[in-house]
Order: sequence, then C-alpha cells, then structure tokens
Amino acid sequence: MQHYSGFGLLKHSLTHHENWQRVWRNPTPKKKYDVIIVGGGGHGLATAYYLAKEFGVTNVAVIEKGFLGGGNTARNTTIVRSNYLWDEAAHLYEHAMQLWEGLSQELNYNVMFSQRGCMNLGHTLQDMRDIERRVNANRLNGIDGEVLDAKQVQEIVPVLDCSEHARYPVMGASWQPRAGVARHDAVAWGYARGADAHGVDLIQQTEVEDLIVEDGTVVGVKTARYGEIRADRVGCVVAGNSSVLANMAGFKLPLESHPLQALVSEPIKPILDTVVMSNHVHGYASQSDKGDLVIGAGIDGYNGYGQRGSFPTIEHTIQAIVEMFPVFSRVRMNRQWGGIVDTCPDACPIISETPVKNLFFNCGWGTGGFKATPGSGHVFAASLAKGEMHELAKPFSMFRFHNGALVDEHGAAGVAH
Amino acid sequence: MFHIFCPHCGEYREEEEFHAKGEAHIARPLDPDACSDEEWGEFLYFRKNPRGIHHELWVHAAGCRKFFNITRNTQTYEILEVYKLGETPSVVAE
Repeated sequence: MQHYSGFGLLKHSLTHHENWQRVWRNPTPKKKYDVIIVGGGGHGLATAYYLAKEFGVTNVAVIEKGFLGGGNTARNTTIVRSNYLWDEAAHLYEHAMQLWEGLSQELNYNVMFSQRGCMNLGHTLQDMRDIERRVNANRLNGIDGEVLDAKQVQEIVPVLDCSEHARYPVMGASWQPRAGVARHDAVAWGYARGADAHGVDLIQQTEVEDLIVEDGTVVGVKTARYGEIRADRVGCVVAGNSSVLANMAGFKLPLESHPLQALVSEPIKPILDTVVMSNHVHGYASQSDKGDLVIGAGIDGYNGYGQRGSFPTIEHTIQAIVEMFPVFSRVRMNRQWGGIVDTCPDACPIISETPVKNLFFNCGWGTGGFKATPGSGHVFAASLAKGEMHELAKPFSMFRFHNGALVDEHGAAGVAH
Repeated sequence: MFHIFCPHCGEYREEEEFHAKGEAHIARPLDPDACSDEEWGEFLYFRKNPRGIHHELWVHAAGCRKFFNITRNTQTYEILEVYKLGETPSVVAE
C-alpha cells in the first residue's frame, strides 16, 4: 500500500499526479475463503479490515452487488455521536467513537472526522427530563455530555430560533462536544484500501443469489458472476436487504426495511458549525465543509426497497428545519435521495449468531448505522474470527426478541439517529 | 406519492391521509399463555419484510379511520390490489 503524506503529494505533483497506485485491486475470487462478508458498505469493509489487520484472518472476501460504499454509506447524513441511554448501546457506540478519534491515522486516509459537537434540542418539559436522564446516564458511562438551557443553546447556534414566540420554543438541549461529522465515502474507501492492503479480496459487481446451507451449516454463497464461492464462515452486512438474505437461509429477522430520505441545499457560506437535531419538530441539520446544509428526518412509514421516498416526508422535514432555522427558509435544495434502512423494533442493531451455524448477521442499524461503522466492524470482526460473539455484541443477539431483553433506544435514536 | 383507493370510502385519496401499519394477516396466537418464548417473539417482532409482493395493513387515518389491506410491490412501489379485512388477496407472491 502506498503511504499517503504531504511529501507524497509533493513528489507526485512532479509527475502531474499520473503515477498514483490504484487504491485497491479488482481480483477474481478464489474458490474458498476462511470468511466471506456479504455487503461492501462501511460496516462490511470495516469488518474485513479489522479481521485482516487485528485478528489475523486475511483469507477474506467482501462480496458486493454494486460498488463499494454505494448503499447507505453513500446516503447517510454523516453524523457521529455516542450519547445513547442504555449501557449496552452506550458502550457499543462509545467503542465506535474511540475508534473514530484515531481513524484517519489508523487508515492513513483522511476521513475528515470533525468533532464539532451535536445538540439534541428539547422543546417540552418531558423532553428536558429525558435529556437530563440521558446525559446523566452518559456521564456515568464516561461519555461526555452536558445539559444546556435555551440561552446556552443560542450562544452556540446563533441562527437557531430560540425565541419564546416559536411554535415549539427551545427549552434547552443535550450537548455532546465530542460528537460531529465525518466524510462518509472516505470511511468506506479508507477501510477498503486498508483491507485490500492486508490481502482481503474486494469483489464488486457480484450479487449473492443464494446462501449455500448444508445440514444447518452455511458453507458458502452462490453468485451469478462467479458461481459458488465456499467459506468456513459467512457474515452478512447488507442493511436494508438483510431480510432478503435471511430468507435465503430459511429464517426471519425482526426487521422492516423502510426508505429514509435526506437532502442537501445549495452551498452557502459557513453558518452552522455544529449538528442540531430535534426529536420534537423532527428534523436535523448540519453544514458540510463544502457549504451545503445536510438535512434529514424520519423514515417513510411503509416498507420499501426502492431507494426513494415520498414527497410528504420531504415536506415535513423542511417544515421542521424552517421551524428551527427561519433564516434557511429561502435556501434552495439541491438534491434529495433515499436509502433503505433496516429498522429494528427496539431501535438497536442486531449483531448476532443465527439459526444457521457459521452464519452471522450484522444488521438492524436502522436510521443510525453510520456513526457506529468502526465499532460495528471491530466487534463483528472479533466475533467472526473467534466464531463466538464479542462481549459488546452479546446484548444485540437476534434472540433477544425471543427472551424479551430488548435495548430500547427509541429516545436516544430520536429523529433518525 | 401514493394514490390509494380506500375500499370503505370507495375513492382514491392521497397518501397523507393514510398510515401504513405493517405486515397483514398476522394472526394473534389463540392461546398466548400456551406459547413458547419463541412463538410469542415471532408473533410480536419477526416479519417477512419481502422485496417484492407484500400484503400490508393500512388505516385511513385522516378519513374514515377504517383498516384495510394493500398488496403492494415493495421494489417498484406499485399497488396491485386493495381489499378489506377478512378478504383473501387474489394477487400473491409465487
């Protein structure tokens, strides 16, 4: 792997940047791997990277039906935070947060992680009680957090309407200073480059048509392009399509796939230097380094795999944004798109063994998987390497929906977490 | 944006009047106390979530407030059939 540095940039400028090494190979798959990861998004690539780098399993293939990082990794609103209420979830997301903090150095790839803070607004007394409870829980778990009153909120975000005349006046907020945003594509590319350098085969444009299950044990996958590819263990990290893959293996998951939309505006001058979310008016916004406002809100209510949503949802989103930021009312929106999120009944992921031996699923991240990318990949890699679930993943077994040990994070998940 | 035919009102109305309520035809176990944890968990949480033809329950929330079923393709979003509760769908997946 070619090391990236300022000096390298200078050196390559002498040859007009025409001699950069390819970032990853495009190999033909072998007949057999130790581990196959289905799904080449952020979580799948992170899993492959940590498998090879940290757990010494290098005979690994990532099989992706489209191109790397072309699904929800390319479609999210790039927010990273770890202020979840329950211990199980807080530990998992905080694990991810700590990996984020060293990720650009770790990958030698600038993921543009910017810890600009994240604010969750409270508009009612109950909002404020919930915020205080969550911030206190966060602090007990060693996660930074503060409760702000309306005046402090106004100081941090001058363009936010904190007046008493607002329809839903801002009463305060929870504030996580270490939260922020990261460049979503760079995360996928950085992990892909790192995994490839450690010998992982990244197989693109190859759709898995079936999982090969013999005597209750998965032994490989069937693809249209390369036929059967065998493996000792298979990990599925396919977000919205998880139920489709589970169906191939003959079981159901407690998931429903919904379209989740996001929008970006035309680029404007720097105006918003943090992330502002509101569960109550149901919208959130941040500003990218390029200057466009990145806006999101809730999912469409119906199931869908079409990677597009409906107009009423966009209208509600914009209503919420204009309610919070009247100054944005004349900003024009540039693009709008949808991704398919696999929502779980308790708003927590599934990182789990399955009824099929040697088949593992990492799914159910719903509307908030991006922030967990490094942690998710790391604990899933540890689980795939050992064949048993990592300590942080254990509470997120799919079988919690049988025994009732749900981890209800609807509050912290809030408006599309 | 869906245009949905409400079988109770007998009219097409806009999507915003309706709420999707999830998978249709999920029968509550007749004797919940006799269910195993697996059976009860399956009933409460586990769903088919198909990519393709899907039968789902909708409610005309800002209209007649009655429930009905829609058969819809979750990939193309095409509505294939609308039918009342208790009726059997004529369009089904293979």
